Amino acid sequence: MATKKLQVALYWGAACGGCDVAVLDTNEFILTVAEVADIRLWPIAADGKYKDIEALADGELDLSLYNGAVRNSENEHIAKLLRKKSKLLVAFGSCAHMGGIPGLANLVSKEDIFATAYMANASIEPGNKVVPRPTTQINGHTLEIPTFYRRVYRLSDVVDVDYFVPGCPPEPSQIKNVLLAVVKGELPPKKSVVGASERTLCDDCTRKKTEKKVKRFYRPWEIIQDSERCLLEQGIVCMGPATRSGCGVRCPNSNQGCRGCYGPGPGVVDHGAKFLSALSSIIDSKDPKEIDAILGTLPDFVSIAYRFGLPASILQRRHGA
Amino acid sequence: MSYEPKLVGFLCNWCSYTGADLAGTSRIQYPPNIRIIRVMCSARIDPSFVLQSLGKGADGVLICGCHPGDCHYSEGNYKAMRRYPLLKRLLDAYGIEPERVRLAWVSASVGQRFADVVADMTERLRALGPCRVKTALQTDQIER
Repeated sequence: MATKKLQVALYWGAACGGCDVAVLDTNEFILTVAEVADIRLWPIAADGKYKDIEALADGELDLSLYNGAVRNSENEHIAKLLRKKSKLLVAFGSCAHMGGIPGLANLVSKEDIFATAYMANASIEPGNKVVPRPTTQINGHTLEIPTFYRRVYRLSDVVDVDYFVPGCPPEPSQIKNVLLAVVKGELPPKKSVVGASERTLCDDCTRKKTEKKVKRFYRPWEIIQDSERCLLEQGIVCMGPATRSGCGVRCPNSNQGCRGCYGPGPGVVDHGAKFLSALSSIIDSKDPKEIDAILGTLPDFVSIAYRFGLPASILQRRHGA
Repeated sequence: MSYEPKLVGFLCNWCSYTGADLAGTSRIQYPPNIRIIRVMCSARIDPSFVLQSLGKGADGVLICGCHPGDCHYSEGNYKAMRRYPLLKRLLDAYGIEPERVRLAWVSASVGQRFADVVADMTERLRALGPCRVKTALQTDQIER
């Protein structure tokens, strides 16, 4: 009898689908995966029902890749289900790893989100303001939809996670390495970040770096940039100093500042705070008023600093009124 | 139980900690609400220390360093000076009253000033009431 195939599930929580597409972006490799693995659940690409997963024995799945944040009760339910049925559960991509872009919703309340999406939206027909509720009674039947949570959680807030693969989305070459490591059983200690480097992005960036002193910050369209020189030195916000490498320095190589999707470097608790520290240190002024003015050229700092990880930050969400 | 503000103070070794020491040896009274943590320089105070303090139950954080121009490491306190306004903006975005965090320059020779800063900050925190971040984050894990 042939060796038993690897049993794999891929799932998306609160996600855009980019992580699933990144898996497909491994090109022919995905066919190799299909040769050695049975894909039991992959909502974006394959058929497979929740009840099929529920019918599995505990631990029957060898590997589950969960991408997306936990935004509602369905996301949490499937996270717990996959945890129970899987030997290895991997938080795949920035959203599962740190909350991701959906995590920025933690800056506003559920009520505000509903008001914008269902009440005050210009595209809503007059008299058709319907706010979704978890249960609805129709003709004596009860219909259920998932409950929208008060805030966004990362995967490790609701279940025990074995490995974290960062990236928005993870680099296809890194995905390949991770899958190969699983097949060969060559995995690092549990809870590790895999498919990424142990250095920061600046270590791998080939732009010329000299002394960092800036008098103002520029939005990318406000300046003709020097494509050889460090972006930060030109006043363009780049999260390189505070961000884990492993993406192949894709954004700075494309003349864009790093956005921080690979999360903080090893050992760092709060990505945004670390970046705050690095960024404000390069301001070229000793006068509080001038410092304020220079910082004024930096719009919406919280969304820059925590673009991919507000739920993973120390304070996690907006507090109070 | 009545509310007593918990204040965490990060003091630089060279000026502010010595200033606090002077307040002590001069027997100047100041509120016992402050928990002092000595660091080598105000530049050592990573913004995450402040967030961590608030996240773990502090009601306010005081950052003290040498006066501008007097840093033992010549430029460290300017780094603290630059981080501070951005940190305040961050706190505001988090919905936390920025007044809960304060940066004050305290030199080694001004024990009285240190005592005044602590007394003033304690009273402000008393007026603001407790910081509810810690309990809110605990509740988040129970009520989705």
